[in-house]
Amino acid sequence: MMDADSERPLLVAEGLTKSYGRQLGCRDVSFELYEGEVMAVVGESGSGKSTLLQLLSAHLPTDEGRVLYRMRDGVTRDLAAMGEAERRFLARTDWGYVHQDATLGLRMGVSGGANVGERLMAVGWRHYGRIRSTATTWLDRVEIDRSRIDDTPRTYSGGMRQRLQIARNLVTQPRLVFMDEPTGGLDVSVQARLLDLLRNLVSELRLAAVVVTHDLGVARLLSHRIMVMKGGEVIETGLTDQVLDDPREAYTQLLVASILPP
Amino acid sequence: MTAALELSGVGKTFTMHLQGGVRLSVVSDVSFTAEPGECVVLAGPSGAGKSSILKMIFGSYRCDRGHIMVRSGSDMVDLATAQPRQVLTLRRHVIGYVSQFLRAVPRVAAIDVVSEPLVAHGEARETARRRSTDMLRKLNIPGALLGLPPATFSGGEQQRVNIARGFLPDLPLLLLDEPTASLDAKNRAAVVDLIAEKKKRDIAIVAIAHDEEVRDAIADKIVDVTRFTTAAA
Amino acid sequence: MNAPSYNFAYLDEQTKRMIRRAILKAIAIPGYQVPFASREMPMPYGWGTGGVQVTAAVLGPDDILKVIDQGSDDTTNAVSLRKFFIKTAGVRTTSKTAEATVIQTRHRIPEKELTENQVLVYQVPIPEPLRFLEPRETETRRMHALADYGLMHVKLYEDIARHGHIATTYAYPVKVDGRYVMDPSPTPKFDNPKMNDCAALQLFGAGREKRIYAVPPYTEVISLDFDDHPFERYRHDASCALCGAADSYLDEVITDDRGGRMFVCSDTDYCEERRETQPGKVEAAE
Repeated sequence: MMDADSERPLLVAEGLTKSYGRQLGCRDVSFELYEGEVMAVVGESGSGKSTLLQLLSAHLPTDEGRVLYRMRDGVTRDLAAMGEAERRFLARTDWGYVHQDATLGLRMGVSGGANVGERLMAVGWRHYGRIRSTATTWLDRVEIDRSRIDDTPRTYSGGMRQRLQIARNLVTQPRLVFMDEPTGGLDVSVQARLLDLLRNLVSELRLAAVVVTHDLGVARLLSHRIMVMKGGEVIETGLTDQVLDDPREAYTQLLVASILPP
Repeated sequence: MTAALELSGVGKTFTMHLQGGVRLSVVSDVSFTAEPGECVVLAGPSGAGKSSILKMIFGSYRCDRGHIMVRSGSDMVDLATAQPRQVLTLRRHVIGYVSQFLRAVPRVAAIDVVSEPLVAHGEARETARRRSTDMLRKLNIPGALLGLPPATFSGGEQQRVNIARGFLPDLPLLLLDEPTASLDAKNRAAVVDLIAEKKKRDIAIVAIAHDEEVRDAIADKIVDVTRFTTAAA
Repeated sequence: MNAPSYNFAYLDEQTKRMIRRAILKAIAIPGYQVPFASREMPMPYGWGTGGVQVTAAVLGPDDILKVIDQGSDDTTNAVSLRKFFIKTAGVRTTSKTAEATVIQTRHRIPEKELTENQVLVYQVPIPEPLRFLEPRETETRRMHALADYGLMHVKLYEDIARHGHIATTYAYPVKVDGRYVMDPSPTPKFDNPKMNDCAALQLFGAGREKRIYAVPPYTEVISLDFDDHPFERYRHDASCALCGAADSYLDEVITDDRGGRMFVCSDTDYCEERRETQPGKVEAAE
């Protein structure tokens, strides 16, 4: 079901550059992301990948360059030209942002159900029963036991918190999700389960996503495309299997060669 | 041009930066075509570049020189210069690839590994699973294994899961890398039958097959890859 | 003997002008919290300094002042504040709601309906309705600016999830004029409907937090709720033991140490007025 709109990119980055004083964040990053495409941005510490994510999600203003987003009505808008109210509304409905540290993306003092329901209430849902049943459905979907719906995330394990964060973000059926090291800091088996969940949800909901990670295994599992960054610059970009199986640049070859064999 | 696939002057060189920039020429000046319903077998000793050619046609390897024209509907797309997005579209609608070894996502059941390309294409999970079950039965995979992740299967079983996954969607161009390598005689025959079925449906196939019997059974044209290899630069 | 002499209503004229400007802004934007330069008053924070400053700014020599605390004119705080204004402004005071032109109140709205020539001044501890859910002032200001009030309903959702019903019984959040969400001060939710379409001007002062807000006369004030859990007034299911009222907000009074209790009107003036018109009722307990 390809309609005319899905032929146009959903998110466009044009020459994004950001510095922190004399420290370079990232330089001249450009790409186009389409609906249903997952792009991994990989690099080591200081590569600029986190800065890039902040620029794309409008958490930081750019020094140079633009971020363009195609709204639900088909019109492509420059994020910087939007008012803050509009950007916040977008962040709450059309976008998701999954933080590495789930406590940043959740309200820890409020129940799981309320965490999932908040976005719905923010866009005007006023029926308690329906809010609660939607929250319950989502807890099922991210494999959190329904009985935990009234417990606060303070009582959840790390993996559960991360899954709750995902549910909280996806409840308004966003089209674009930003993820910052979504499996960082979790136990290996918990990571695996989370990655499975993300893969399935991304494919089921046809989400577009930008996933920042230092883990090439996560990139291979989740993404169609990959962008390798170092020192704020884009070193190499292309299809994930292309770049990881046939790395061209010296740095990419180094990264790929550094993966420990299973 | 009626061919489903045409390679002309295709060449690839690896530059190993970690080994001091050593350049390894894999293949050079590769040219051949594959018509709908035709099976082209790439022949040659190990290391001659057969897998690399297949990977370039699928887009996992980048092609440095030449053109790889693939028929997509009424257009011809050059994979050598295609945008990543175009390659993804081609993989979804035109080019299927059965690798030599199954690269299965851990923890996913065999039946879902096989169904995945269909579901990604929009088919309902239930119908996809039914078709996967039929295909796996044709390949003699016992029903008990369907719900298990293939990581614990034997090499032959894994390969048959891989084949089922690659053969189910009806894509016009199919790339097969040693499809019968780890299979016994009975299953080799099953795969040969599946290939014959595909040819009858006008699907073009490019395959690597060391087993001479299999090669004779499926090949309409044999391309000797040693013609395209040059000494390392 | 040099007795101290005060400017009318204690505050200097410049301060009163500043406060009145803040009040005008507040009236122009119903429900919006206007910051103001709250002064050091001769009573500590937490004892009504915000309300006192607002009253001091609007009081004129011809005004008649009523001060109540939890509905009563006779509690220590009400008496102290009334004496403060008698001393510094020399205005007439009354305990009769109908006679007053300015009513300063802590935590209750009088039962008797207010009129167009009255001003109700509320004492407010924490003006920010979102404070307990979102401690950052920068965030709550942004939420108000962008009308981003999902969090307010989260609080009500939590109540229902935890208690089966909206358990907030006082300081129940309201939406003013369809725009700003406001904390009505710790009045019982029983009083919320009185704020809606009220003929009097309602002013709110928070001294420690340095905010003033207002609801102009005849403004829409709606209590937040859910479609399937609508707002409900709550009062004890009893009548006043003194005057028999079945429609006023009641205080529960413990009469002995064996669980004995009785309910009396929280609004003492209302109760008294009813008793005056019904001779022969039980005498007021001491």
